Amino acid sequence: MVDVSLESQSEGQLDTVQMLVNMGPQHPSTHGVFRMVLMVDGERVVDVEPHIGYLHRGSEKLCEGEIYAQIVTLFDRLDYISNLNNEMVFCRAVEKLMGLEVPERSEYIRVILCELNRVASHLLFFGTFGIDAGAMTPIMYAFRDREKIQSMFEAVTGARMMHNYIRIGGVKNDVPDDFRQRMNGLVGEIRQGIDEADRLLSFGEIFLARTKGIGVIDAKKAISYGASGPTLRASGVPMDVRKDAPYSIYDRFDFGIPIGEKGDSWDRFYVRVEEMRQSLGIMEQALGQMPDGPTITPTRLVLRPPQGEVYVRGENPRGEIGVYLVSNGADRPYRVKVRPPSFCNLMAIRELLLNTYVADAVVILGSLDIVLGEVDR
Amino acid sequence: MLLDTALLVTASFVLLTALSVVVLSLVWVERKFLGRIQMRMGPMHVGPFGLLQPVADAIKLMAKEDLLSSWVDRVVYWVSPLVVFVPIFMIWVTIPVTRDLVIRNLDLGLFYIIAFSVLSIVGLVAAGWASSNKYAVLGGFRAAAQLVSYEIPLILAVLGVAMLAQSMNLVRVVNEQDVLVYALIQPLGLVIFFIAGLAELGRTPFDIHPAESEVVGGPFVEYSGAHWSVFFLAEYINTFAIAALTVLLFFGGWLFPGLPGDVPIISLAVFLAKTYLVILVIFWIRGTYPRLRIDQLMSLGWKVLVPLSFVNILITGAYLFYGWPAWILSLLSVAILAATVWGLSKAMRTAPKPEYTVRIYNPTSEAGHAG
Repeated sequence: MVDVSLESQSEGQLDTVQMLVNMGPQHPSTHGVFRMVLMVDGERVVDVEPHIGYLHRGSEKLCEGEIYAQIVTLFDRLDYISNLNNEMVFCRAVEKLMGLEVPERSEYIRVILCELNRVASHLLFFGTFGIDAGAMTPIMYAFRDREKIQSMFEAVTGARMMHNYIRIGGVKNDVPDDFRQRMNGLVGEIRQGIDEADRLLSFGEIFLARTKGIGVIDAKKAISYGASGPTLRASGVPMDVRKDAPYSIYDRFDFGIPIGEKGDSWDRFYVRVEEMRQSLGIMEQALGQMPDGPTITPTRLVLRPPQGEVYVRGENPRGEIGVYLVSNGADRPYRVKVRPPSFCNLMAIRELLLNTYVADAVVILGSLDIVLGEVDR
Repeated sequence: MLLDTALLVTASFVLLTALSVVVLSLVWVERKFLGRIQMRMGPMHVGPFGLLQPVADAIKLMAKEDLLSSWVDRVVYWVSPLVVFVPIFMIWVTIPVTRDLVIRNLDLGLFYIIAFSVLSIVGLVAAGWASSNKYAVLGGFRAAAQLVSYEIPLILAVLGVAMLAQSMNLVRVVNEQDVLVYALIQPLGLVIFFIAGLAELGRTPFDIHPAESEVVGGPFVEYSGAHWSVFFLAEYINTFAIAALTVLLFFGGWLFPGLPGDVPIISLAVFLAKTYLVILVIFWIRGTYPRLRIDQLMSLGWKVLVPLSFVNILITGAYLFYGWPAWILSLLSVAILAATVWGLSKAMRTAPKPEYTVRIYNPTSEAGHAG
């Protein structure tokens, strides 16, 4: 009943035909509304055509119609798994354009929350990657800890997602009084939780068989595709914006960059697991150093940055996010261009998927950890 | 003759009812047990401890609309759930739950069970093909490949037991185990049977044909409502059957040291307790492991399990022929099993274990050393 054309039927032998499988936009493993048109020969993928754009909302264009303070909310909706990181990079762009100083305390709050958001994002990845590989329990372990982080966000910013907390010139308001104690407890709990989840999934024989050596991309290729973040680091390139071009106060902390060896799915997975541990270390250091003081440099609600253009990079959980901001001196930006990490990482998908199995395709796509809100903008 | 037929029909209805109750209990046990594994409570709200949740589920399924997409091959589409269900139900005709509680104690019981359980593959492939859905087609062919290849080790493992018991009659197989259960004499056969059984059921780590994250439910993707629930019923009855067979063939069925084997109530309790324990192991595996890929599954089946099951037959034959004491066979079994596990773990790892990590690159503490 599946329409297969039989024109390649040759005489005397059983002949097979290739089948076109339209994976997505409604498919449980395409992480949103990504669509892959797979040409499969039995279980083997012989051709892939990725389609994006199902979540396109024209965010960049929308930015041109909003005042600067409102654009923060649009950035929340780019990579909706790591909202705070997005907010931060846009606010830094405007601050750089205006030459605005940010109070010390708010820098610390920003870094702590961004790292917390990185952990939350990687925990989500941990769980969904387990599901992609067919394990149903890791996501519960991951979400147990992610839930605590979300409650923390709720306590600080008032929202679980779409926080609109990081503002141009600082943060919306000061953290709750018991922030430090709660955070100290939280960091310990999450560290324990990560170890537990790690023991459950990462080194299992079946999991290794499913991810080791699957979807290998070497360093040169990864760079040429413009990959960044864990996807690039898994191939052995120690590139992290927090180290290479330290922004905010990241140069004050001692942390390492996990790098993989082969650039296969398992490396991409485990680099993220280790990154969570490093992020927890950053949080602990930041909590120890956090000074008192104001949390925002007062600005006018309707900002009019001077004419000019600025490009700001930041390290998102998924890789390097860049914001190119052009101002013509008006209260709204002339142009906002985002370099989304997921989009660039996704470029390699066709090459990664060729000559793999259908089951691998799911794992490889999962290991790239894309967020469609950011890919399609 | 007429009375006999009437009895048989009544027995079948009783069996169907009993199996439905078992399925409801299995659903509850699975959801609770998986919930516990995953630090959840499982169903809590319908009835005490969520005991009525499976009933609510069943009512919901029956009340659901049976969707039919327009390109479906209707006859095949409607018939295939039954093609899956009937053989799986039929094998229960000869599965004894106590010494006397069995519908037909066939002398070729094991042969009958194997012959019937193979039939349900046809239903899965037909369901996949008739659904006019490409995921279903992929899933259907996965099911065909998987189930057909794992029939062989399953049959050979059963054959090992039949050789030990010198019978294919399940009641006799159990009665032969009154001193020593076959799990101790033939652990190799147990492992082969259990792994192949898991693959036959399509349960984790072999849930390749319904793989949710790949083929979105495989052959069942287009089914809904009552027809889907027939598949569901078949799957759980099959799970119960494999667990029951594991208990009957390897764990002495309703026999338990110190308990009388001829009191129906006690035998039934022992049998059910053992079976549910095996089922809990199956659920435990489901909560723990990821899924294998189809090629890995096939190579495990053909390169490991099939040769292993031949070896099992061979050593069992030698044991019977030379009249060795039982411990030699169990020792041989364990040795072969250990060697296989060791060899397999060697072969599956693409690198020695210490390499399974990532390096932490820290330019400040390593003074720019790129590692």
